Amino acid sequence: MSFRFGHMLGIEPLSAEEIAFLLDQSKPFQEIQRHPLKKLATLRGKTVALAFFEPSTRTRISFATAASRLGADQMNLQAESSSLKKGESLLDTVRTLDAMKPDCIVMRHSSSGAPDFVARNLDLPVINAGDGSHEHPTQALLDALTIRDRRGTLEGLNITILGDILHSRVARSNIHLLAKFGCRFTLCGPAMWLPRELECLGPAGTSIRRVTRIAEALEDADVVLTLRVQQERLHEPALAIDEYILQYQLTPERLRRARPDALVLHPGPMIRGLEIDPAVADGPQSCVLDQVTNGVAVRMALLFLMIGGGADGSSEKESSHAAD
Amino acid sequence: MRIVEKNQLMTATEIDRTVQRLAHEIVEKSGGTANLALIGIRRRGVPLASRIALAMRGIDGVDVPVGTLDITLYRDDLSKVAAQPVLQSSEIPFTVDDKDLVVVDDVLYTGRTIRAAMNGLFDLGRPKRVRLCVLIDRGHRELPVEATFIGRTVQTSDTEIIEVRLNEIDQEERVMLVERVS
Repeated sequence: MSFRFGHMLGIEPLSAEEIAFLLDQSKPFQEIQRHPLKKLATLRGKTVALAFFEPSTRTRISFATAASRLGADQMNLQAESSSLKKGESLLDTVRTLDAMKPDCIVMRHSSSGAPDFVARNLDLPVINAGDGSHEHPTQALLDALTIRDRRGTLEGLNITILGDILHSRVARSNIHLLAKFGCRFTLCGPAMWLPRELECLGPAGTSIRRVTRIAEALEDADVVLTLRVQQERLHEPALAIDEYILQYQLTPERLRRARPDALVLHPGPMIRGLEIDPAVADGPQSCVLDQVTNGVAVRMALLFLMIGGGADGSSEKESSHAAD
Repeated sequence: MRIVEKNQLMTATEIDRTVQRLAHEIVEKSGGTANLALIGIRRRGVPLASRIALAMRGIDGVDVPVGTLDITLYRDDLSKVAAQPVLQSSEIPFTVDDKDLVVVDDVLYTGRTIRAAMNGLFDLGRPKRVRLCVLIDRGHRELPVEATFIGRTVQTSDTEIIEVRLNEIDQEERVMLVERVS
């Protein structure tokens, strides 16, 4: 069974089957990363517009690498050096890019809903690389691929998410995704980052609990997703860094409360010594480097699925492999 | 537009005899099987390659490694395929460097699949030699591709299609000539 994706704006509207399909389709691209020659000509002649209105290094490089390895060209927009500083509107900016005829646009923006807005106003496939605190679908997909590879399944796992969940699009996308596979969630952090509304995420019946004590939160966890702490936000309201570290840092001792084979994930960048103890970051349960490698594979799969095929109508002889 | 069956080209027994003969031919014409390896092209080249390897084991106890190759990413006609092709993984658990490769597929037609297969193989390394083994050669080449080992050569027209059915994939075993009629 095969699925088409006109846009990739978020995980919430996808079915479990579509997600499983995306993860399966990422496997050949994981394989390609191990080849001596990683370059394909599959998307030769196609152009991927990378419109990052918010700073990003790893996600942007990951998408750029994915596009390059598929043989596609890139258009690069970076917020710091763009005409947005001169007051150009979002719509005008993307229309300008669109007028140069890319095949799709990958965008990151500080406003939730910006990619949806662009998708409604342009006739161009849009991939959301992170919008405000709404969603970061490719992050959730690469996290799921990492979990599934290590654990063999996504079904019914106990997921503990640590940190600033209130502001985290990564947490939201992960909850949307894993909830579709019957996972149970424990959200942990200072109370100011755990509003009650978080319990409404996911389809009806999703088990989500909020816990402020990390020891309790880690009991029986299969997966520990550690979020980055943005130090600016520690001031809203005030929580001293030392206090955060004392109460919420993921240390080896605390990790022992989780299941012995629990996985530690982090979307990056990690601040060693803040939200995560270096021993955990570098330990055998840490999946952070796999996450990054899988990120390129997932993004290659998405680009391939979204702009690789296409009905053109042709009188060419049908390959005996066309329907395989 | 309907598909009409015109002719049965091979029965299950005939397919098996042909596979045995191809296995013998490959061993005979390879001057030593030390570096030999088979690469089955997804989908139906895969069971064919396995069967040929099995037949080879029966010949001299020759044990030839088998890899599988998905050519979807190397096709030159992706933008013209209406249905979204589903990607499968390639699995070649050995280095292709210096190997004497025999690529195995069910039908040789325009030759574009084989070109794509060679692109895929050369991304992995530098084989010593690449030869092609097909169950059916139906002519109409659009590229300079030839098969060294051929089960059967069949003259076909453009509206005709060769359908190969193998137990491992189709739960039946035969080769048919069918035609598209409007």
